[in-house]
Amino acid sequence: MANFLVWVVWFVAAFACLASALAVVSFSNPFYSALALIGNLASLAVLYLLLSGEFVAAGQVLVYGGAVMVMFLFVIAYLGDRQGESPWSGGPSWQVVGAILAGGAILAEVCVVVGLKAGGLLSKPQHVGRSFGSPEALGRAFLTDHLLAFEVTSIVLLVAAVGGVVLGSHARQESDARA
Amino acid sequence: MHGPDIQWYVVLSALLFATGALGVMLRRNPLIILLSVEIMLNSANLLLIAMSRLHGGEDGQIFAISVMAVAAAEVVVGLGLIVAMGRRNVELDVDKLRTLRG
Repeated sequence: MANFLVWVVWFVAAFACLASALAVVSFSNPFYSALALIGNLASLAVLYLLLSGEFVAAGQVLVYGGAVMVMFLFVIAYLGDRQGESPWSGGPSWQVVGAILAGGAILAEVCVVVGLKAGGLLSKPQHVGRSFGSPEALGRAFLTDHLLAFEVTSIVLLVAAVGGVVLGSHARQESDARA
Repeated sequence: MHGPDIQWYVVLSALLFATGALGVMLRRNPLIILLSVEIMLNSANLLLIAMSRLHGGEDGQIFAISVMAVAAAEVVVGLGLIVAMGRRNVELDVDKLRTLRG
């Protein structure tokens, strides 16, 4: 019974995930695209929970669904309604055909590799304890085995913050000079 | 492990990645291209977490958190560029940004 319920939850989350991803790509208004991406991130968080990644699921909802998407929506609202673009951009039709072929090729490659080479290997997950994916276990791994990645991440975030400030202030000087 | 095996997650991740790649290739609005890049990064995250579950180690989840931090940084810089474009009244269309073209 529990197994059946997990399958149901998986299918609902996977369907919501794919449908909202397609919605992000196909809406012509970026505001709706950003809202659809929030649904995509939330359903991915459900899938992370099924994979016993509790802390990553919480971080996904907080960092992506909260901080990043608020920033996106703010910028879209700031730029206003200046995007008069058709949903599937113009350009020569061979571009569209080529893009769809390339996307299909990525998909076909992965499915063939999974089906032919790795099918048996992927069906026997290790048994994991209750603490797998907990904040304690992840924090321990972060501050022992992956300390360098932790520190590099902090530098990346600092550089990005400085870059954002520089980009913003540069644009302000230009508009001041023009006015 | 209850529920679907790992290969279901791999196929879902491939579908998500292909969707994001289509968005990057087909759309011209830089905002939607950024959103599609987020979809691709998230499909990689899903794969990392699924493999972490398969092998029973936490390293994949650590990588996924690092990817999240890098994605946040990428969004800050990308949105900063888009805001700079908006302030200079450049049309938001990546096909029309050809000042750097040789």
